[in-house]
Amino acid sequence: MRITTTVDGTSYTDEVEPRMLLVQYLRERLGKVGTVVGCDTSNCGACTVHLDGQSVKSCSVLAVQADGREITTIEGLADDGELHPLQQAFHDNHALQCGFCTPGMIMQALDLLKENPDPDEDEVRSGLEGNLCRCTGYQNIVKAVRAAAEQMPSAARQADVPQEPVTASMPSEVSQS
Amino acid sequence: MIPAAFDYVVPASVDDAVRELHDAGEDAKVLAGGQSLLPVLRMRLAAPSKIIDIGRIPELKGIRDEGDHLVIGAATPHHEVQKNQLVRDHALLIALATETVADPQVRHLGTFGGALAHADPAGDLLAPALALDAVFVVAGMDGRHEIPASEFFVDYFTTALRPGELLLEVKVPKYTGWRAHYEKFNRVAQAWSICGVAAACRVDGGTIAEARVGLTNMSSVPVRARAVEQALVGQQATAEVIKAAASHAVDGTLPTSDGNADAEYREHLAKVLTERAVTAACS
Repeated sequence: MRITTTVDGTSYTDEVEPRMLLVQYLRERLGKVGTVVGCDTSNCGACTVHLDGQSVKSCSVLAVQADGREITTIEGLADDGELHPLQQAFHDNHALQCGFCTPGMIMQALDLLKENPDPDEDEVRSGLEGNLCRCTGYQNIVKAVRAAAEQMPSAARQADVPQEPVTASMPSEVSQS
Repeated sequence: MIPAAFDYVVPASVDDAVRELHDAGEDAKVLAGGQSLLPVLRMRLAAPSKIIDIGRIPELKGIRDEGDHLVIGAATPHHEVQKNQLVRDHALLIALATETVADPQVRHLGTFGGALAHADPAGDLLAPALALDAVFVVAGMDGRHEIPASEFFVDYFTTALRPGELLLEVKVPKYTGWRAHYEKFNRVAQAWSICGVAAACRVDGGTIAEARVGLTNMSSVPVRARAVEQALVGQQATAEVIKAAASHAVDGTLPTSDGNADAEYREHLAKVLTERAVTAACS
């Protein structure tokens, strides 16, 4: 079946088998290996990408379901070599150990911040419920998401949702290292 | 893990979907959001010859107000149901239970009707649908008809949908002003319910005027806890009354024993969670 998708701003048209998974298509056809396969059973969230502006687990979506739709992967976040504020916050806050869960964590955190620009710790944790870190490095991941929320201009949360003004008030224990 | 090969069609209308289902026979599977089906296909627990993707049929999506009830399109994603103001105003129990389904990514694609038609006894939407007396509108080659929730769930992963029939929408009577709570017990984030209790109450001046309670994963199908409801109605919403009523939670249940819990533990959970759910729904 022939599908046309826009991935990280570029349009692609390909012939795919209906059983091909979106994550397979991204990695094996388009070479977008920034999106990883973790658990392979839709538990871990490492393969999270955005489909028409909403986070999905790309190991549990058929490539044909994405026909005509827009996909953003971790590779589409940096702007001309400059890290996205979430990527920078993960770097600054040491929010990764082995790094395998990071692409999915960042893509899901971005989805969370689109809906809730200033989440408290509990809201970050429940927003990342579908993403597992096998290093158990959750403390700094939560810290990074809250730090990014403080820094992110509304435009960085993408233009496809109603924008809310960035609030400057953040709890004092979140500080940039 | 890659699914076995299948043919794939994307009907544009309900009529086309029903015709495809009829022509494909019993070996076809319907895909809405795919969040239950894809894992099953990938583990090769199922290998249908044809997948009929109903995810692009506009008629199956959205939530509307029809006077004394809401209509929720079968292919409406969980994320939309949980945020929808009509649902929050008139069927709060469904919004609250939907918030606990899986995780945000799954709720973006997974659908209300898909979860109900899948009929996993650990699924969180079955007990609320039963407790609120939802009505299922289905279509086949011989037309459309309605199935009450009390007849829809037949057994493990089995509904009253006949081969060739498609779930179109679910009618939910309005429970405007009712309070509600869904109490779910599981071991880890995003896990299936070991036991869950769906409670909706209408409290009038401290007295429980009406109560509806449904149980998740306490049988092969969702269970209506009618003995609990009867013990609540007409009583003051006190801790003693609710605790006494919750002791009836296991009446009519037939819980299974599995790796997560044995039947005796599930019965214990049902009573504890019912007390918590009703307390929250009365406060």
